[in-house]
Amino acid sequence: MRVVVDLAVCQGYAQCAFLAPDAFRLNGTEGLMYQPNPSDDLCRAVLRAVAACPVQAIATDAAVPAPADAAVPAARAGDAR
Amino acid sequence: MPGRPAAQRIVVVGASLAGLWGAATLRKEGFDGVLTIIGDENDPPYDRPPLTKQVLTGWVAPDHTVLPHLEPLGDTRWLLGTPAAQLDRRAGEVVLADGTRVPYDLVLIATGVRNRPWPASDQAALSGVCGVRTREDAARLIDHLDAGVSRVVVIGAGFTGSEVASACRHRGIDVTVVEQAQAPLTGALGGVIGDVAANLHDANGVDLRCGVTVQALEGSGGTFRAAALSDGTTVDADVAVVALGGVRNTEWLADSGLASGPLGVAADAGCRAVAVNGLVTDDVFVAGDVARFAHPLFDYQFLTLEHWENAAVGAQVAARNMICAPEDRRPHACVPTFWSTQFGVNIKSVGVPSLADQIVVTQGSTEAGSFAAAYGDRDGRIVGAVTFDHGRWIDHYRGLIEQAAALPGPYDADLPDKREPARFPPHPAASYHGPTVVVTGHSPTAMDAVRQPAGRSAP
Repeated sequence: MRVVVDLAVCQGYAQCAFLAPDAFRLNGTEGLMYQPNPSDDLCRAVLRAVAACPVQAIATDAAVPAPADAAVPAARAGDAR
Repeated sequence: MPGRPAAQRIVVVGASLAGLWGAATLRKEGFDGVLTIIGDENDPPYDRPPLTKQVLTGWVAPDHTVLPHLEPLGDTRWLLGTPAAQLDRRAGEVVLADGTRVPYDLVLIATGVRNRPWPASDQAALSGVCGVRTREDAARLIDHLDAGVSRVVVIGAGFTGSEVASACRHRGIDVTVVEQAQAPLTGALGGVIGDVAANLHDANGVDLRCGVTVQALEGSGGTFRAAALSDGTTVDADVAVVALGGVRNTEWLADSGLASGPLGVAADAGCRAVAVNGLVTDDVFVAGDVARFAHPLFDYQFLTLEHWENAAVGAQVAARNMICAPEDRRPHACVPTFWSTQFGVNIKSVGVPSLADQIVVTQGSTEAGSFAAAYGDRDGRIVGAVTFDHGRWIDHYRGLIEQAAALPGPYDADLPDKREPARFPPHPAASYHGPTVVVTGHSPTAMDAVRQPAGRSAP
């Protein structure tokens, strides 16, 4: 899975570091470090951290369908190729 | 869409954060035509800020910062590994370095910046001389660090150089930082905060040399051995990290007729590119580090902002403006925000501190290294703020800047109400070496402004 934290939004509440310590850590008192591509076994913990973030600064691709599922009308996609 | 046919083909040039976020926004906003993303690196879009932090300290592998797709990109054509070489606006085509022509109805320019190379190419080619801009750069630097080094010399104490020094100290490696200015971070935050940053380097065992420059990188047998400094001293080291800022990737636009050059690609507040003659285009948009856009909040000055947030937000605004009805377009008016983590301290900033004349410490203590400070222009209006381990206050200062409020005094009762010069280094006057633009024609309605061909002098 792939993760990105908007560190301009992050306020260092560190809920993620409690819930998924293998994927999120504090460097000092409020600087967040994280695993952008955590291994699959961390997925559940990371999703809990996403849900618990008080400022909703963590985004993942966990809920985004793979490219094959994307709804691209065939006629339109074939245009102008 | 009133007035013009909906675009069928959109090309995004640049496959980093701005390119990916722009593409995702196009799909989110309903673009279902042919989307092509062009990138010069072979890798799919990855995040760069972690490279100097969790990657360099060894916690995250260099190839583990791939960015998530936050929207399904659907049927997207990825052309990676070959840079764009030309924008042919008359034909409506992006031309790649291998000659491939990619037609567009709308194009988003997000080619970003590359590391400014060490000027002497023979010295830059020495083994041990590294940059940190790309994943490949980071991997090479880590290989050197892992091999065991006695000392690293970092050239430049901006945010990148300071973060590299911090990571080296975290790994227990001796490091010398050489900075031309009188303190680290002065270009972005001024001398008052630069002095605080210098204390941070000192407290963490960095050998900080300010007010000097590196004159030469010396080597033997093709391997870097030492840096010769302008004060006559020599620093023996195994690795030199060149952190002298970036060069904007605009060369490919030289014949495009766009107002582009070393300062970036000029754009209006809505991310539409400006042509050489000063007119705004309607089919070329710009976002990210390469965009030089008129900011409504700062007297419509053209700003280039090499910040993560500017790339992420600017790309979303640009993409939305590309496909919405013209009357629904919005400006990229976000207050600039950036952040850095170094030596265990969380540094955040909002606004544009470098536009300031004065600074006042408003909370905490600079001696303790935990504080907030506000920047004001000469009229006493707040234009920026910085926090060291006071990040939760950033939103407060952003609010003041958005409202064009007066520069506040200290909030903590024990702080002196002391406004002092922010001490920014003078702007380099000769930073623009672009071609000359001249006015042609006589009749007022036939006049135009064009780029003077290189080498031709004025009549």
